Amino acid sequence: MLRSILSDDMPRSRWLAIALLAILVGLAFAPFLFPGAKSLNVAARICVFIVLAASFDLLLGYTGIVSFAHTMFFGIGAYGVAIALTRLGPGWAAVGIGIVAGLALAIALAVLIGLFSLRLRTIFFAMITLAVASAVLILASQLSAITGGEDGLNYRLPMALRPSFRPFDGFTGRLLDYYLVFFVSLALVLALLRIVNSPFGSVLMAIRENPFRAEAIGYRTVIYRTLASCIAAATATLAGALLALWSSQTSPDTTLSFDIMVDILLMVVIGGMGTMYGPVIGAVLLVLAQNYLQALVGDRWLLWLGVAFILCVYFFPTGIVGRLRRR
Amino acid sequence: MWTARILRAQDSRVRWKRAVHVSALLSLRGVKTNIGRYHILHGVEFDVAEGGLTMLLGRNGAGKTTTLRTIMGLWRAHEGEIHFAGRDIARLSTPDIARLGIAYVPESMAIFGDLTVQENLVLAARSAPPERKRLDWIFARFEALKRFWNLPAGNLSGGQKQMLAVARAIIEPRRLLLIDEPTKGLAPAIIVNMIAAFRELKDGESTLLVVEQNFAFARQLGDTVAVMDDGRVAHTGTMAAFAADAGLQQHLLGLGMGEHQ
Repeated sequence: MLRSILSDDMPRSRWLAIALLAILVGLAFAPFLFPGAKSLNVAARICVFIVLAASFDLLLGYTGIVSFAHTMFFGIGAYGVAIALTRLGPGWAAVGIGIVAGLALAIALAVLIGLFSLRLRTIFFAMITLAVASAVLILASQLSAITGGEDGLNYRLPMALRPSFRPFDGFTGRLLDYYLVFFVSLALVLALLRIVNSPFGSVLMAIRENPFRAEAIGYRTVIYRTLASCIAAATATLAGALLALWSSQTSPDTTLSFDIMVDILLMVVIGGMGTMYGPVIGAVLLVLAQNYLQALVGDRWLLWLGVAFILCVYFFPTGIVGRLRRR
Repeated sequence: MWTARILRAQDSRVRWKRAVHVSALLSLRGVKTNIGRYHILHGVEFDVAEGGLTMLLGRNGAGKTTTLRTIMGLWRAHEGEIHFAGRDIARLSTPDIARLGIAYVPESMAIFGDLTVQENLVLAARSAPPERKRLDWIFARFEALKRFWNLPAGNLSGGQKQMLAVARAIIEPRRLLLIDEPTKGLAPAIIVNMIAAFRELKDGESTLLVVEQNFAFARQLGDTVAVMDDGRVAHTGTMAAFAADAGLQQHLLGLGMGEHQ
């Protein structure tokens, strides 16, 4: 049963299994284990960033595609829901339209970028994704009539997700919102796990290792890489939609900025590229550090965070999961 | 001058048609390949008869590997024609060439080290999972692959990687196998198994074009031979005739076949 849920990709390390179980239990019971608005907000952000980092791992870790446009897809998902809720009013139909529109735009962009540039060498492809992502960031800031400009959009969520919604004692719309984020995130991570452990995933790993060999076997690498880009883009879009549904505020800083791009890159590298469990560990560590390190070590927390990253990369070159699995 | 050119062109066409007539599965005509600014192949011409094993021999740097890679589309032929089963494949992409039923085993044991032995073979089977009977046939020849079925291929020894590379090419029936130095670095016991496997393949479903430096191996297996020298095919004929002609071996390879391993 468990093997089937995890697509036969078991943790293969006792400590990793314990860590993953702790994360699952911690997130599943976060509203009860860690009461308070801030801790619930941190737990929801962990869920969203696990999905975002895992989808980036599909690109970087499994397919070997270095893309800086991943936050662009995250932003498209968030803005899709935010614009729809702002324009169409706080209903589920607006959420659906926003998600579908965001997915359509993200997949179209992923196909375009893929077909135009995946034949290029890694560094040139990375530069193109950087340029496209910069253009979208500027567009989001400039098109203030649609996106709210630098300030972004504040909007009302559907009734069932509002804190004031109380279907029965002790249960609020905020709690419902959290579990929506949690279960959708869980489903997306399990879906990604299934994809990377399928024959399609094996082809992606083969392409990562040597695209010429994969072609010599008969696989059209451009098509596979474009498909991987589309799946990663769609998943990042859904992560963005989840963030929009959680925070009821969407701005360039919270969804499109390059700081977020650096964050998810670190999550994947520190956690362990090409493992799918790595981004889970990386996202938990990074979001926790961003939210609680200041309280622990004072104003110079960013410096300590940097030192921690350097040590992490130095001692765990294959990431935390790679290190744990090698023991 | 023009008359001479036309006559030469006509002669070339006639020769090509005659070659195709003797049921050649693969025909190369005037194939030229450049790598960067280096001209490696200067007009390669030879046929591979269907159902046999052709040995592609030559000194180091003669262009044997480049010829295989050009057939596979991994390097583009700048000039010339490559006909496979009557179809010009010189302009096709590598995946399309592979899907026509041509498998390539490069010299560098091109396995996917991060994938398990099983994943390597499933990947090569492409459309459907490998057949049990086929797997048993492969395991009978390359027992180590069964033993290390779930081990990452990167952890295999050099010889085992070579076995896996060959097994990957033959996991499904292919019309043509292009194999570059299959015995390189292999223990004699494994070479014996490989010879048996290649014999069965050529007697059954496949045609083989094999680049080989081990002449004892080449002589045992080859039906026909094409010997390359400086980017051209300098000699074609039967292996038996070539093996018997010590002078020709001396001229084309530098040493008589008996003097090789």
